[in-house]
Parts: sequence; structure tokens; C-alpha cells
Amino acid sequence: MNNLVYLDHAATTPVHPRVLEEMLPYFTEHYGNPSSVYSLAQETRGAVEGARQGVADVVGASPRDIVFTSGGTESDNAAIRGVVWALRKHGDHIVTSAVEHHAIIDTCHQLEKLGFKLTVVPVDSYGMVRVEDVEKAITDKTVLVTIMMANNEMGTIQPIADIGALLKEMSKGKPRKVLFHTDAVQAAGALDIKVNKLGVDFLSLSAHKYYGPKGTGVLYIRRGVNFLPPQSGGGQERNRRAGTENVPGIVGCAAALKLADEKREAYLKHCVPLRDRLIQGVLSIGEGVHLTGHPTDRLPNSASFYFDNIEGESILLSLDFEGVAASSGSACTSASLEPSHVLLAMGIPAEQAHGSLRLTLGWDNDEAQVDHVLGVLPGIVNRLKAMSPLVHQ
Amino acid sequence: MYSDLVMDHFRNPRNVGTIEDADGVGNVGNPVCGDVMQMMIKVKENRIEDIKFQTMGCGAAIATSSISTEMVMGKTLDEARELSNKAVAEALGGLPPAKMHCSNLAADAIHLALDDYKSKHKN
Ligand SMILES: Cc1ncc(COP(=O)(O)O)c(C=O)c1O
Ligand code: FES
Repeated sequence: MNNLVYLDHAATTPVHPRVLEEMLPYFTEHYGNPSSVYSLAQETRGAVEGARQGVADVVGASPRDIVFTSGGTESDNAAIRGVVWALRKHGDHIVTSAVEHHAIIDTCHQLEKLGFKLTVVPVDSYGMVRVEDVEKAITDKTVLVTIMMANNEMGTIQPIADIGALLKEMSKGKPRKVLFHTDAVQAAGALDIKVNKLGVDFLSLSAHKYYGPKGTGVLYIRRGVNFLPPQSGGGQERNRRAGTENVPGIVGCAAALKLADEKREAYLKHCVPLRDRLIQGVLSIGEGVHLTGHPTDRLPNSASFYFDNIEGESILLSLDFEGVAASSGSACTSASLEPSHVLLAMGIPAEQAHGSLRLTLGWDNDEAQVDHVLGVLPGIVNRLKAMSPLVHQ
Repeated sequence: MYSDLVMDHFRNPRNVGTIEDADGVGNVGNPVCGDVMQMMIKVKENRIEDIKFQTMGCGAAIATSSISTEMVMGKTLDEARELSNKAVAEALGGLPPAKMHCSNLAADAIHLALDDYKSKHKN
């Protein structure tokens, strides 16, 4: 067993050695600017276009629909801002869900302050969006629906293909289709992210969530849709994302995605039994522990919980002593000192969201590590409960 | 993120628990993050003879509870009242800026326990 039991793969993953190997020549050897004409540059241009083809294959698109970005946050921002500014003569209404990542939520709220209209559709107690609620939210003024594919805090998978089909159906006889963006940052490597199956016009990816480098990502943009690039400059990425390409990053981003996609089935085989062992084991600690998110429609690597009457950061610190790295949506662990909006949206009261714990698995975990966690967690929970004034009142 | 001393108090908190026939009890909830703390004191000859705490909160909240019980144990009631959240944070070798509010809990809970004692022993 490794010394560190890393159970925070939803936060980030290590770069796969094969991915790193592919990236390395582009730092010192093939360093040419892909926009230049000499042969040194042709080498890097070729690498970038090869990477673009690789990503296009995984998402089932043409390479010209793929834009490389600095990660999930940028892709999310670009998709939303790019659509609403491009279409503002036609409409001003955005629809999103209550469980999105801050890259989406905060962007939408900022646009709301700037005068756009926003509808945040609720989720059920499993954190799932209902397609009917999306349908009800759409008006003649709606330009964009943005709903994540799978949630980073509690793993629930959203019915993206159903929403995609709904929007397509609703566009019949209309002058313009409501555009559909999905944040697939947590889904890549775990779920099928073929854009036509999903019926999405935009899709965001972030390489560091699938064993690629941090600070690199992808935005898929369906050909022909309205998009006003938020970033202008030297015209790179077909004018949709200006700035000299992060060549090693792009190479790594694509290599990692390709690898993750090839190993997707093996990944499920690896993660699902560990996840289910973890969930069963943690729930059997006894009273006052609850699963968050959907019991089955959830990411293969995600096990998330809350405990009554104890606080999340104190669980994380205690786990850290036992060599386990995990995360929590507790108010005390957030910069804003507010409990996770995702847990609140599922109807979990703030006091209970306070005791949340997220364990997210990856390739480096094994059964012995899961059993280590299951071995130490009951003691931690009992010790913190014994210290809690709420337990004894 | 936390100093070694904070972690020591978090791992081995001093004076955790309750006092059956406490002379004063202070309960506080942290309005900032929603954490709760309880302090119980036993008073003898105008001194804090025993003090116990229970806390549901972050590492800083547990560590500040723990060290503040040590800081007032055996002190006169007037001396105990002097305890400030700043002194508690300093005794721990400092707290991260975002965690300074947690140290309010401990000092407030002790002050409330002293108030409770005073209101029960007006004579
Ligand atoms: C669902 C989701 N969207 C967006 C992001 C942001 O991605 P990045 O860290 O690449 O900016 C994350 C990562 O935290 C995420 O989990
Ligand atoms: S008690 Fe909540 S942040 Fe410290």
C-alpha cells in the first residue's frame, strides 16, 4: 500500500507518465511558435493539429470544432460569455442548474448583474435536474442552457442527452435553436462524451481531471453556432481563442484524453467495485451517516457523504493524520465560509452539509487503501462525535 | 495550513467533555460558519477549579477551545474574564487569517459561562 491514500481525484489527478513523456520534447526541443513559417514551427504546428484531431475523435467532432483553452474554468466562461454576447440581439435569458461548478454559477450571476436574465432550475434530493423543469424554464428569450454532465461534489450524472433532445425538439418551427452547453469536466474518462449523442453545441473539458496537465482544457464549439470569442488577439484557434498556443499543454491535454478514452472500460471496472465497497463500508458505520448524490446514476469514482453533528474540516484533518487525502463541502473548508451550494440545493440543511465528506477514487487506489479508510473512519467519526455538543444535548 | 501547536491541540484536545454539576455553562454558535461550542466551569473560592468543553467545528475551533481551557484553568474569575480571542490565537502560535473568527468562539463561550455563574450566584 502507498503511504498516501489519495482520494481526491475530483480535485485533480497526477499526470500519466506516458502523457508527460509526450509533452517533454515541446518544452526545449520543439519550441517553435506554431504560427511561424520556418520548419521548427511546422513541427509544433503539426503537434497542435494532431492533438486537435485526437480530441475531435474522442468527442466525435471535426478538428475545426475543437478549441484549446487554459482549462475548465476558461472553457465554461468562454461558452457562456461567447454565446450570450453573440446572441444578445435575439434574447437575453440563460438557463442553468442549482448544482453547477462556480465557473458556471458565478459567470451566470455576473451576467445577471449586467442585465441578462437567469433561471436556475432546481434539482431533486439526488441532485438531479428534471428535464421538465428545463422545459418549463425556456422562453422565447432563452439563448443558452448550460447544465453539467456530472457533478464534482456528489457525482450525480445529469440527463444531458434527454435535455439535448428536448432542445432540439423545441427548436422545430423556431427561427433559432436554444444553444446547449455542458460542463463535462468530471465526465471525461468516465462517460461517453460524444457531442452528437449528447446533443450539445458546446462542451468543456479540463485535462488535469483525467491525468493530463493542469491549466489546459478544451472547448468544443459546434460548427455554425453563434459565438463571440471573449478573447481576441493574434487570431489563433481560428480566431476563437487568441494567444500563442500552450503547445506542451495541448499535446498533454490531447494525449491524456485519448488514453482516458481508450481505458474507459477498464477504468469503470477498476473504480466501480472500489466505489461501492467504500459506499457500503462508510454507510455501515451506523446511524447519522448519509450518502449524497444518486445511488446509481453517479460517477464511477465518486463516494460522497455527510455525517450528522460533526464538521467536515475536522474529518479531513483527522484523515490526513491517517495518510488519507479527501475533501468536504463544509463551510469551514470554503473560502466563503458558506456550506456548499450543491448540498444545499439537494435540500440538505446547512448544519448537515457542514459534515460532508467527498472521497473520489482513481487509478492509484486499490482495495487495501479503501479498507484502510474504512478501518480508520469509524474511530474518527466517534472521536469527533464524542467532542460534539450537539450529540449530548 | 495550521501550526504544529494547533494540530497538537486538535489531535489531543485538553479538557474535553462535560461537568455534571457545573456552576456555569456557556453555549455559542458561530454565526460565520455555523459551528457550535460549549464550555462548562466548576468554581471554587472564586477560581476556576475545572473547565470542560465540547466543540463541533473546524481544526482551529477545536484547538482554540482546548488551549483556552488550559489558559483559564485555576485562574480567578476576574483573570479568566480577561481572556481575549487575540490571546487565544497568539497562544496557538497564530491562526490563518480566514480562521481568526474561530478563536472568538472559545473566548465568547468562556465569558458566557462566567456570566452564567455570576447570574446564578448573585449574593
Ligand atoms: C465540474 C467542474 N467544472 C469546472 C472545473 C474547473 O476546471 P479547471 O480547474 O480546469 O479550471 C472543475 C474543477 O474544479 C469542475 O469540477
Ligand atoms: S469554526 Fe468554522 S471555520 Fe473555524
